[in-house]
Amino acid sequence: MPVLELRGVTKVFPGVVANDDVSLTLERGEIVALLGENGAGKSTLMNVVYGLLTPDGGEILVDGNPVRIRRPRQAIDLGIGMVHQHFMLVETLTATENIVLGREPTRLGVVDLAVARASVVELSERYGLKVDPDKRVMELSVGMQQRVEILKALYQGARILILDEPTAVLTPQEVTELFGVVRSLVTAGLSVVLITHKLEEVLASADRVVVMRDGRVVGETRPSDTDEISLARMMVGRDVVLRVEKGPANPGEVALEVTDLDVDDDRRLHAVKGVSFQVRRGEVVAIAGVSGNGQSEIIEAIVGLRRPRGGSITLLGHDITHSSTASTIAAGVSHVPEDRHRRGLVLEFDLAENLILGDHRRMPFSRRGFLRPKAIAATAKKRISEYDVRTPSASVLAGNLSGGNQQKLVLARELGRDPECLIAAQPTRGLDVGAIEFVHKRILAERDAGKAVLLVSLELEEVQSLADRILVIYEGRLVAEFAGGQVDAETLGVYMTGGGRGAASGVSTTGGVSA
Amino acid sequence: MSTPEEITAQRARWMTVAQKAGTPLMSVLLAMIVGSLIVLASGGDPVAAFSSLWEGAFGNAYQTGETIMRSTPLIFTGLAIAYGFRAGLFNIGAEGQLFMGGLAAAWLGIVLAGLPWFVILPVMLVLSAVAGALWAFIPALLKAKVGAHEVITTMMFSFIARYFVSYMLNGPLKAPGPGGTPGTIPISAVLPPQSTLPKFTDLFPWLPPNNAHVGFLVAIGVAVVVWLLLKYTTVGYEARAVGFNPFAAQTGGVSIALTTVWSLCISGSLAALAGASEVMGVHHRLSDQFSAGFGFTGIAVALLAKNHPIAVIPAALLFGGLAAGSGFMQLNANVPDKLVDIVQALVIFFVAAESIITWFIKRRQKEATRNA
Repeated sequence: MPVLELRGVTKVFPGVVANDDVSLTLERGEIVALLGENGAGKSTLMNVVYGLLTPDGGEILVDGNPVRIRRPRQAIDLGIGMVHQHFMLVETLTATENIVLGREPTRLGVVDLAVARASVVELSERYGLKVDPDKRVMELSVGMQQRVEILKALYQGARILILDEPTAVLTPQEVTELFGVVRSLVTAGLSVVLITHKLEEVLASADRVVVMRDGRVVGETRPSDTDEISLARMMVGRDVVLRVEKGPANPGEVALEVTDLDVDDDRRLHAVKGVSFQVRRGEVVAIAGVSGNGQSEIIEAIVGLRRPRGGSITLLGHDITHSSTASTIAAGVSHVPEDRHRRGLVLEFDLAENLILGDHRRMPFSRRGFLRPKAIAATAKKRISEYDVRTPSASVLAGNLSGGNQQKLVLARELGRDPECLIAAQPTRGLDVGAIEFVHKRILAERDAGKAVLLVSLELEEVQSLADRILVIYEGRLVAEFAGGQVDAETLGVYMTGGGRGAASGVSTTGGVSA
Repeated sequence: MSTPEEITAQRARWMTVAQKAGTPLMSVLLAMIVGSLIVLASGGDPVAAFSSLWEGAFGNAYQTGETIMRSTPLIFTGLAIAYGFRAGLFNIGAEGQLFMGGLAAAWLGIVLAGLPWFVILPVMLVLSAVAGALWAFIPALLKAKVGAHEVITTMMFSFIARYFVSYMLNGPLKAPGPGGTPGTIPISAVLPPQSTLPKFTDLFPWLPPNNAHVGFLVAIGVAVVVWLLLKYTTVGYEARAVGFNPFAAQTGGVSIALTTVWSLCISGSLAALAGASEVMGVHHRLSDQFSAGFGFTGIAVALLAKNHPIAVIPAALLFGGLAAGSGFMQLNANVPDKLVDIVQALVIFFVAAESIITWFIKRRQKEATRNA
């Protein structure tokens, strides 16, 4: 008997059927991967199971008994736990306090932290989920925070664990460790639903794969019976190029030159330490690294959002070290920011208004301080079709677009101004296979048109498939350089986490982060 | 000829206008219903109360004139607050800028006496606006340079402005008493006629007597200008970008510091026009009691108008009408004029509650789409 069974679950949002007659089973001790593009209805389905959304039709059975789950509390009582993509932890509390929050052991009405700590330690040893129970969540790495979330679900008695895009924020090593943990959980008798859109993870970790598209289950298979190509086809509904075709680079003159750059971060700590590199016309240079090793600060220094402490930045021989963002843009630097909601777009602006941001003070969009609505509308129309932004009109608010379309909008603006140099930070974060393909093709098209491209990415897949040269950053220093296509993910992973310095490539350390 | 797409786009635009206006109208209605219940509970007759309130606001030409006169400064301060909000700034110190505008107008009106009205009026209005902008400039600079919060600084500057005006009225600007004796009350001399804004009845003698003055037309014109400024200029575009998302604006090369300074100064100049129009159109002299808290009521006006410059006009008329009708209502329906304060408070409450409700709905929708 399955521990969890969904029969014909339907969920309708105004204008969209998010789940259309979805049926699914989960056996005890099994990992089921729920695979699909963004917007396919995976998370909606699991939010229905977890009681965050109320289904409009269908049945949910736990241990063969029909149940009505209207609140997460009820789901938890039934033994269902969920780890969300965005963690729901109180940053200022310790790991222990977060784990027991809501079900604190008490003595005489007072929280008994000693008992709490003991049970957390016991749980974390039983499942091999090591965390420091006394550290505040804000001091923990993202991977550790995720463990706290998992421990929290286990502490609440979860037998069915739902993980929503758990690897999106992890390093390759952390991903490996996570799947080790998940394996030990199912060995201990738990069942896991893994929501993902990453094909290789599915093949590596799941027992069974359920593929969703447009709110429906379109296929079910086992990893041994399939491969990435056919999974991708099932997921997208057409043939997809997983790795864009790329001709040899044709590097020209040096476009962007960074010399001995020193930058401080928001806390005034020395975040970038003497970084030097060049990006030539017609090549893609990637900076690979674990999040928070100085990549953001390098980009912000180049585009004028952050004042460097020392060093110099030139674009085509002109010094732009201390240029404002406005004049950096005017000089020909386009920037696809890593967080499109925070930095990339004004979500409350319509598409046309977003498309002129950065060029709004120039012809043809304005003259003598007055905007020129006709020119703006004409350009918007052109860019929207050119970059395939799916929208009913240019007067739709950017916030109403899907993630993939928002990113296309950012690209339409940044590439549409025909820059000399493109800086792309995490350009495909959170995008699905189809949109990733589009973004990658566009970036390579820029390269082939003789633009200099600087790519910063945490996704090694992406770095490997796009870059002509790969620089690895660790703790604010460039620690290695490889030619594109000459290095495997493991080696990059080792350098990214501080290992490998002075060692030959292919070293087998796990690369524990050490200062 | 319009294409079908244009027609649908136009229809969609009107739909959003209707939607946007729907909720504030609902808040006003709810406020009246709850206000009626309160009147009922205290033994009054709500129908009589609200009908005499209406009588007092729009019942005849004189009362309509009162409403227009009382709305005029509220349009200016409502615009001031709304412009600030659009740029992400809460200019709670509009009252102070209003005082500086009034002071500038009173001083200029006396100093420039002798020039013809078509020179003196525009100069007075423009320079009063500049005075308000300058008064907002220091808090703006503090915000832009060191991040000092404008709610604190503009509020404090309000006190300085009020007491500065008191000082001026007790000293340099004090009107002399009868027969050249030193003046006894803190009040300025009366402005010469060519530096005052005429009443409608001065221009159109056939109008029934009332106190509405040309400042109302200036206010409507300024509202249109502010609307155009926000919609069709780079300054307005940058202000809105910073107001919605300063990080994205900054990434797009917009200087947050510069936009902050500009926006708060524009806001200050609009508030100052309220003071100038009161001095020039209503009192014809400056006293230290010339504002009935217009700077603060302007916050309610902006809230009700959802920071839309054109919507500020009807919102100001509502609050102006409430103010004009309250005395009438007390007299005729025997309902204390405090009811008007309650209705005003309820309108603000429901507008605020409405934004809380839509915020909730939006959040739910966002979550739903994010999770879809």
